Amino acid sequence: MRRHLCLLAATVALPLLAQPAWANMVYVSNEKDNTVTVVDSATMEVVKTIDVGQRPRGITISHDGKLLYVCASDDDTVEIIDTSTNEIVGSLPSGPDPELFVLSPDGKTLYVANEDDNLVTAIDVAGKNVIAEIPVGVEPEGMGISPDGKTMVNTSETTNMAHFIDTSTHEITDNVLVDSRPRFAQFKPDGSEVWVSAEIGGTVSVIDNKKREVTHKITFEIQGLRSEQIQPVGVRITADGKKAYVALGPANRVAVVNAETYEVEKYILVGQRVWQLAFTPDGKTIISTNGLSNDITFIDTATDEPVKSVTVGQLPWGVTVAPN
Amino acid sequence: MTDITNPGLAPLARKRFGLLQYLVCLKGILVREGLRYLNQRERFISSLVRPLLWLFIFAAGFRQVLGVSIIPPYQTYVLYEVYITPGLCGMILLFSGMQSSLSMVYDREMGNMRTLLVSPFPRWFLLVSKLLAGVAVSIIQVYAFLFIAWFWGVKAPVSGYLLILPALFLSGMMLGALGMLLSSMIKQLENFAGIMNFVIFPMYFASSALYPLWRVQEASPLLHKICLLNPFTYAVELVRFAFYGQIEWTSLAVVCAFTFVFIAGAIIAYDPSRGLVIKKQEGGNN
Repeated sequence: MRRHLCLLAATVALPLLAQPAWANMVYVSNEKDNTVTVVDSATMEVVKTIDVGQRPRGITISHDGKLLYVCASDDDTVEIIDTSTNEIVGSLPSGPDPELFVLSPDGKTLYVANEDDNLVTAIDVAGKNVIAEIPVGVEPEGMGISPDGKTMVNTSETTNMAHFIDTSTHEITDNVLVDSRPRFAQFKPDGSEVWVSAEIGGTVSVIDNKKREVTHKITFEIQGLRSEQIQPVGVRITADGKKAYVALGPANRVAVVNAETYEVEKYILVGQRVWQLAFTPDGKTIISTNGLSNDITFIDTATDEPVKSVTVGQLPWGVTVAPN
Repeated sequence: MTDITNPGLAPLARKRFGLLQYLVCLKGILVREGLRYLNQRERFISSLVRPLLWLFIFAAGFRQVLGVSIIPPYQTYVLYEVYITPGLCGMILLFSGMQSSLSMVYDREMGNMRTLLVSPFPRWFLLVSKLLAGVAVSIIQVYAFLFIAWFWGVKAPVSGYLLILPALFLSGMMLGALGMLLSSMIKQLENFAGIMNFVIFPMYFASSALYPLWRVQEASPLLHKICLLNPFTYAVELVRFAFYGQIEWTSLAVVCAFTFVFIAGAIIAYDPSRGLVIKKQEGGNN
């Protein structure tokens, strides 16, 4: 009897223990009203709004979750926010018009795309100084880095190329032509492939990291939508490398792609002009920013169903989730 | 039917009826309605085809026009198909309620009604049993519709399918009672077309079944007011919220109140001493 009681207690207690409300803070940059909205991922409610510099777009968080980096594009700087106080504690010399960036896996270097100057700037985060300026194609935007930190990929919107950069020499080693207006680059967790979205081309090119050539091209088709409304932007791949999520801009949908067969499995309806995506650290939720409807949508990755949309600031652009 | 028209039970025996007898009577009416429904396969198919046409064709066309808006109980953006589904459940209940009113008129014309109404059981019990039988049949139709809609990608939380049951029941009772009340006013079977034009369509279109009320308000404030006065709006909203495990209290109150009023009205209308039926009979019609 006692054993049964123990079992019963364990069955009741285990789920409770297994689901301590892992509230991760979600940070959303709002391009139009110059703020960052902080949302609790467990309650899915807005906790705080932080005033930042002009036109915040790219947003990322340090690997220890203590510092938040925000591209204040029109202030030509990257602002640093202390996540414990939610206050701006400093800035990084990003060069003009920073749009998107990526933090190296060791957390020491930040690679910033300078849209107006056709440059990628490498910044030493600790020293707050520029290590290198790498000339790339016209209007650089998408930034991806391999899990080993050795290769960085930048996409240039007008040149329509993915530039592979060796992070030790800061030089371009390969250029791969992709479809029109590439917006985003994302490495697979095993580093074997880079996925590059093309906004005007309406495709996602899968580039083999060894061969440095496009091996697959993913296209999207949504019943009742004109093809020009389908504009892939943000891409995220699950930690096991099996599934990818692609934000489709004015199509108001996030595509779920099987990352092994490259087939689109599902389209998830979210808000208007979906732009960027971010996973929660447990991988159970992916969050999309919906620019024109001023909200973010939480999507359950187990069922691939939208759970809730939460209103944030005006024109939400980027999103990142604290790792702890 | 033999159970409830047993000539051996004189009106004097009424007081001695126990719960069992009442249940036997209810079963009799339910079985009759069920058999009648099963024997009319076309009715089953047509009751399914109607909402499915709306879902497959009408909703598909409006998908882009009315794609996005977050209103309670929805937590995020839904496709128009998802929005329209509770309205289509309401449509099934509405048509079914009116159809059972048709069957009342048919019964009256064929003389079956007399057999039912001369039963020693209280009039209100007979009418409510008839109503319950009609609602049971329409709820089966709703679930059959939702089953097909599931494969069309219209999915609600699984628990929602159970939670809508009381909402469907209440809404079904309200619309069935309305049908019953109306049936007392119709002189002949042919007049059912009038019911279609003057009751079913206005009730269906001037409600939240097809468009969210805020959108109706944008288009026409007057229409918005009409929608708010339409009990069908509240039936649809009750079902819509129930799908997501929520109770819309205003809708619940309105639906309960109208159910009570319509049932009371139907009982009075079918009361031979003062009802509308007797007046019609005096006029030489039945």
